[in-house]
Amino acid sequence: MTQWKVRRQAVTRRGFIAGSAAAGVLGFPAVLRAQARTVRVGLIHPVTGFVAYSGQQSRIGAAMAIADANKAGGIKGMGGATLEAVLGDSQSKVEVGVSEVERMNEAGVAAYIGCFQSPVGIAASQAAAKYNTPFIIDVGASDLIVNRGLKNVFRLKPGFGKCVDDAVVALGEINRAAGSPAKSAVLVHESGEFGTGTAKLLAGKLPSIGIEAKELIPHDNPTRNMDNVALRIRGIQPDILIMSNYVNEYTLLARTLHQQRVNLVGMFSVLGGGFNYRLARDLPDVAENMMDYNHWFNPKSSKAQDLKRRVEATGALFTFEVYLTYNSVMLLVDALERAQSADKDKLIEALTASTWSTDIVPYGPTRFVNGQNEGGRAVGLQVQKADIVVVHPAEYASAAAVFPKPRYN
Amino acid sequence: MPTSQILFAGLINGLMAGGIYVLVAVGLTLIYGVLHIINFAHGSLLMLAMYAVFLLWRKPLGLDPYAALPIVTAGAFALGYMLYRALIGHFSHGKDENILLITLGLSIVIDNAALFLFTGDTQTIDVAYAGRMISLGPALVALPKLVSFAAALVICLLLGLLMTRTDIGKAIRAVARERQGARLVGIDVERVMATSFGIGIACLGAAACLLMPTYYVSPSSGHAFVLIAFTIVALGGMGSFKGALLGGLLIGIVESIGGLWLGEQLGQIGIPLVFILILLLRPTGLFGAAR
Repeated sequence: MTQWKVRRQAVTRRGFIAGSAAAGVLGFPAVLRAQARTVRVGLIHPVTGFVAYSGQQSRIGAAMAIADANKAGGIKGMGGATLEAVLGDSQSKVEVGVSEVERMNEAGVAAYIGCFQSPVGIAASQAAAKYNTPFIIDVGASDLIVNRGLKNVFRLKPGFGKCVDDAVVALGEINRAAGSPAKSAVLVHESGEFGTGTAKLLAGKLPSIGIEAKELIPHDNPTRNMDNVALRIRGIQPDILIMSNYVNEYTLLARTLHQQRVNLVGMFSVLGGGFNYRLARDLPDVAENMMDYNHWFNPKSSKAQDLKRRVEATGALFTFEVYLTYNSVMLLVDALERAQSADKDKLIEALTASTWSTDIVPYGPTRFVNGQNEGGRAVGLQVQKADIVVVHPAEYASAAAVFPKPRYN
Repeated sequence: MPTSQILFAGLINGLMAGGIYVLVAVGLTLIYGVLHIINFAHGSLLMLAMYAVFLLWRKPLGLDPYAALPIVTAGAFALGYMLYRALIGHFSHGKDENILLITLGLSIVIDNAALFLFTGDTQTIDVAYAGRMISLGPALVALPKLVSFAAALVICLLLGLLMTRTDIGKAIRAVARERQGARLVGIDVERVMATSFGIGIACLGAAACLLMPTYYVSPSSGHAFVLIAFTIVALGGMGSFKGALLGGLLIGIVESIGGLWLGEQLGQIGIPLVFILILLLRPTGLFGAAR
């Protein structure tokens, strides 16, 4: 009987200590796990294939944002959890983008950011919807991305519908200010979803500013030769040429038109893939006075200028892919902070209610409606003396538009 | 409907484009004619040559692409020769299917190495004469395109002379005709095959120098030309220079006129249609020999 009593006391004391330790491990798992917690973010970009440059630029922006967020203390609402990038290459192909979604789901990502190309973004975000995983579209322009009723899809930047609306307003104002020299246009576009969608929208809206869309000229990716496109443009004799294509074909067309001395009142692109510092600096004669309506950073923002310096210090150009993806990561960080969790439902809820804002880009506070941020906008840009300046709207403009552009001799 | 002036200009554009296609195809047809393999690394090697032109043009060297032509062509020959000797000839064990796989693997390695070294960034070169236009009737032709067309004709002529008037040319033709027989008469078959491969790649070096004043280079830029080169080689007759020349010019014209009539997208349909038509009438191609 005494033995039994002693055993009972021994069990009780040891049991209490053991039980306390067990309670500490089992009862407060979040506290203990959070100290080593990482939140995995799937980044799907075309780092190989015909738009590899854009994919690589997007990845630069994402990596920088993740590094900045972690350096700032991680997700404080989750005990300082750090972000970990899970990198994926869509190879510029839809099916590969989808398979990356599946692979990253196995790896336990809390959210996806991608995919630069609209077709890949559409398919990949659809695949992510099966797992109810949030998918933030960084660059894809097509409005199909956000018109499918998928609760997991969010796009911070404006789609081509809004960009076209704003571009038409800008072009109309610039044209009127110059005495309306432009009355007709030819639209050259890549034949995929982005180019075709943008061109069709433009063709429908140009008449509202007194410009007739005379012809739409689609082309494939890649295109070896733009001589005949230039020939057709010369035959039609439009006042302005409007381009919506990816970087290689954009550069080739611009160069060909310059070589063929095709006289135009202006060259205006909407979401021109090749309109960047490289075009302006490497081919200054070709690029001079070309205009683009595109995503751009706020030149008056010190944060944007600082980010630009940091990106350029690595040898990369500060293109829109960099800061759009940077902002997409920061949007996610904000959502994780407010959700205080990587739980998918909570994260989707936090994203839906997001009012995150930044002055890196000329956007208002975020306001998602069916996954589309209503606070975003693009701006009117022009190459002037081998540099890119903002010419519209006035609140962000750093120079007046040169329009019409000087004619060739 | 395009006017006659536009059609004439389109014809000229097609010939100019065809000139570049000829340069890419003639190397491929030489490689096939002698080695009896399709070189799947052809596009990747063209891309590499274009990067070489770009790097030579960039400061501090600042070498004009036309001035770089002898250097890049010689370098491309050396690369092709070494690739055959050290890799293709060595690991194929004489089997054609192995050569195919090796060139495919080489293509993947080169493409991804270029992506790693140069990133996906598109590079262009800006030369003073790139914007100079020559008027040919109603057509305006960029000077570099006229130069590349003329160069394509000259290179085809030189290759023809090499094949018919030199000992190495005779040896190449002997190996292409009957490898074992060539070996029996004392021809170093492996050296001849490596030389043929080198000459084929040297043609790409020349094509790169002629392309860069008007085109761009990125890790995927070579493939845009090589697909059409395969079509031209088959159309012109495997191993035939005349076939590659005429086939290249024909495809250039068909592509251009088709684009004017049917639009840039649908216009491409002319190429496979012409291809099918010619092969129906002449299954070995325009100048291909029946085996």
